[in-house]
Amino acid sequence: MLPELGQFALILALLLALAQCVLPMIGAWRGNAALIATARPIATGQFVFVALAFGVLTYAFLTQDFSVRYVAQNSNLALPWYYRFSAVWGAHEGSLLLWVLILDVWTLALAAFSRRLPDAFIARVLGVLGFVSLGFLAFTIFTSNPFVRHLPALADGADLNPILQDPGLIMHPPMLYMGYVGFSVAFAFAIAALLGGELDVAWIRWARPWTNVAWAFLTLGITLGSWWAYYVLGWGGWWFWDPVENASFMPWLVGTALIHSQAVTEKRGSFRAWTLLLSIFAFSLSLLGTFLVRSGVLTSVHAFASDPKRGLFILAFLTLVVGGSLTIYALRAPKVAGGKPFQMLSRETLLLINNLLFACAAAMVLLGTLYPLIGDALGVGRISVGPPYFGFMFVLLMLPVVLLIPFGPFFRWAAGDWRATLRVLAPALALAVVCALMASLLVGVPSVRGIAGVAASLWVGIGIALYALKRWREAPRGRRYTQEMLGMIAAHFGVAIFLAGVLVTEATSVESDVRMAPGETKHIAGLDFKFNGVAAAQGPNFRAQQGVIEVSRDGKIISTLNPQKRQYSGNAPVQTKADIQPGLFRDVYVALGESLDDKGAWAVRIYVKPFVRWIWLGGLLMMLGGFVAATDRRFRALPARIEAPATRPALATTETALAQ
Amino acid sequence: MNRLLPLLGFFALVGLLGFGIWWNTHHETNEVPSPLIGKPAPEFTLPLLYDSTKSLSKADLLGKPYLVNVFGSWCATCQYEHPILTAKVKPLGIKLIGMAWKDPPEDSKRWLARFGDPYDAIVSDADGRTGIDFGVYMAPESFLVDAQGVIRYKRIGMFTPELIERELLPELAKLQQAKP
Repeated sequence: MLPELGQFALILALLLALAQCVLPMIGAWRGNAALIATARPIATGQFVFVALAFGVLTYAFLTQDFSVRYVAQNSNLALPWYYRFSAVWGAHEGSLLLWVLILDVWTLALAAFSRRLPDAFIARVLGVLGFVSLGFLAFTIFTSNPFVRHLPALADGADLNPILQDPGLIMHPPMLYMGYVGFSVAFAFAIAALLGGELDVAWIRWARPWTNVAWAFLTLGITLGSWWAYYVLGWGGWWFWDPVENASFMPWLVGTALIHSQAVTEKRGSFRAWTLLLSIFAFSLSLLGTFLVRSGVLTSVHAFASDPKRGLFILAFLTLVVGGSLTIYALRAPKVAGGKPFQMLSRETLLLINNLLFACAAAMVLLGTLYPLIGDALGVGRISVGPPYFGFMFVLLMLPVVLLIPFGPFFRWAAGDWRATLRVLAPALALAVVCALMASLLVGVPSVRGIAGVAASLWVGIGIALYALKRWREAPRGRRYTQEMLGMIAAHFGVAIFLAGVLVTEATSVESDVRMAPGETKHIAGLDFKFNGVAAAQGPNFRAQQGVIEVSRDGKIISTLNPQKRQYSGNAPVQTKADIQPGLFRDVYVALGESLDDKGAWAVRIYVKPFVRWIWLGGLLMMLGGFVAATDRRFRALPARIEAPATRPALATTETALAQ
Repeated sequence: MNRLLPLLGFFALVGLLGFGIWWNTHHETNEVPSPLIGKPAPEFTLPLLYDSTKSLSKADLLGKPYLVNVFGSWCATCQYEHPILTAKVKPLGIKLIGMAWKDPPEDSKRWLARFGDPYDAIVSDADGRTGIDFGVYMAPESFLVDAQGVIRYKRIGMFTPELIERELLPELAKLQQAKP
């Protein structure tokens, strides 16, 4: 009974989404206040029904209702309750529902916190979001219905993909979707502005905090994903340039360009068309990511089961949304470049360079991701470019960014003084180089990458610290830092931490695959690893072979690690679960390879990875920066509410009544 | 014109993605060409599931084509494949050898007792060594071996009625032609 109600709620939500995209749009177009006023209540209604459907599906998982096919496929009796919860979004159908739910959460938040924006404008924004929601609800209902029954009910279900049975993966998809979907707000603002011809900079100020928050969530989602890949996939890497990773990384790159270009447009009025275009691109790439992951066009480790019908549906929807918005852009984008003039050497130029490089990087990742497809199309066979291409190109494109970051805050708008700036930053540069050389002497690894990493990290870190110091000295108490500035400092400092993590880890990690017999000790990177054999272990829903490895330094045991090979029920391949002794300055990472003989010898992977945590620490700082910047008072100090003319007052009461 | 560029670029992308869908519907993406196809099947000698004192080896099976189906009681997809094997593959008359892979024999027996036994003979590869020789990396997998002991066809994942029609039947027909 309940699943049918869920199904019913989804259909109602679909109809409401249809109403949400049609009625307010017509209202805004004809200036009909009654229709405009429908936007908020309809959006609220749509949220309620989607939330209801989501709740029903969650309940079906918690109560193990194996008469629902999706539940039977992704859960079983042995699955612990917390994974039953996250299994809701563990496969295609449910994760789509989560996508729509999060879109509705954003829509609802927008409806609630936009009381001071012109009604016609917000009606258009909610209309655009309604259209996106309509597409995804139709996709869910017509091609990927999570409520389809499997009758008669199965006695037990299959299993949740074991690779997803991990705490890191409970939170990763929701955070990632918060980011992905959050860009829909900037997108809707841009389309609404284009449709309404409101191309002054006001809408950008409204859109900025939303974009920052979306970007921060996406940063968190990607960081969580990378951390998860590191400790779950069992080979110690933290980024694989896998198509699905790229799918989330492209919107992040464009989003990074967008939050910078929005700052320019909002404060100086320049780059308007460019900001509009980036708003469209950021969300388009989110949609493209969804397409790539679910259409099966590219095969990948975490691709969802694919179905050409689904691929066609998303492609059609993608064409409609992106093609439509780019057409609107082509027709209505501002024809003259507005904004205040600026010189060659100015903060505007620096931010433009940032924009170009990040946009190029996104294009580069897109090209690399689609390469196998291009290969097919040209008839040269399915080829992948892989990490060598991405690694090389990405470093190449990001190098100037890293070099220029410290200049950004020091340069003034319109005309920067590079001499004065260089004078301030010279100590940072000198210190960075000296420290890097000293570090390389101390560690004794003559690795160019490691030295460059330390230098780059110090250069960015000290540069930003010098800027913070300058504000502290020069600005009067209480006005030293705005939230926006604090966010900027935190995020850029995050870049420094991240750089140190990546390059130091790459340069100084010790990775060794060794054969170990029980009782044997290996000396690796100054630590002793004693292998105490492998024993059977039993988890809540898996059987495991568990190794026991004592890590000691100078005869003192510092940790005992238990890497596992897990066999879950279901036809899943064996999962390698590494065990890690984490540390701020180095991780000790141990994973079991294969059993080598009957006497208990195993292939064991032992990695010692200095500074690897800094990669995610940097990501978290960037995220923090995004959130902090979004709270800036300036975004809330909007011009007093602009009343729409004539018909409004009479309807104001109905609107509030309905919205509550 | 400048403002049309993003749109044109996007259409090129849509064209490419559309091609991708078309390509995928005309090619089997799960197809991992096995290096074993056309090569002699690996030698094996495995205990029979129901009588572990006896064993079955590759030599015993020479002279007639057979289909090896790798399964396990832990394998959920095998549950789905099972009725299809019974209904669609068994009537084809080809000798069907079950290989209980990485599965304690007691579990396999219980599983077969519950779902039925479509196999002509079942061998038990409890430690998975023979599976490794065959290059099995998941279950279910199936190998078609001809009378000379050469692997002719391999299927990773479950058989569906459609796949039997499209892939298995033509391969069987080829074996029939080769015989006289």
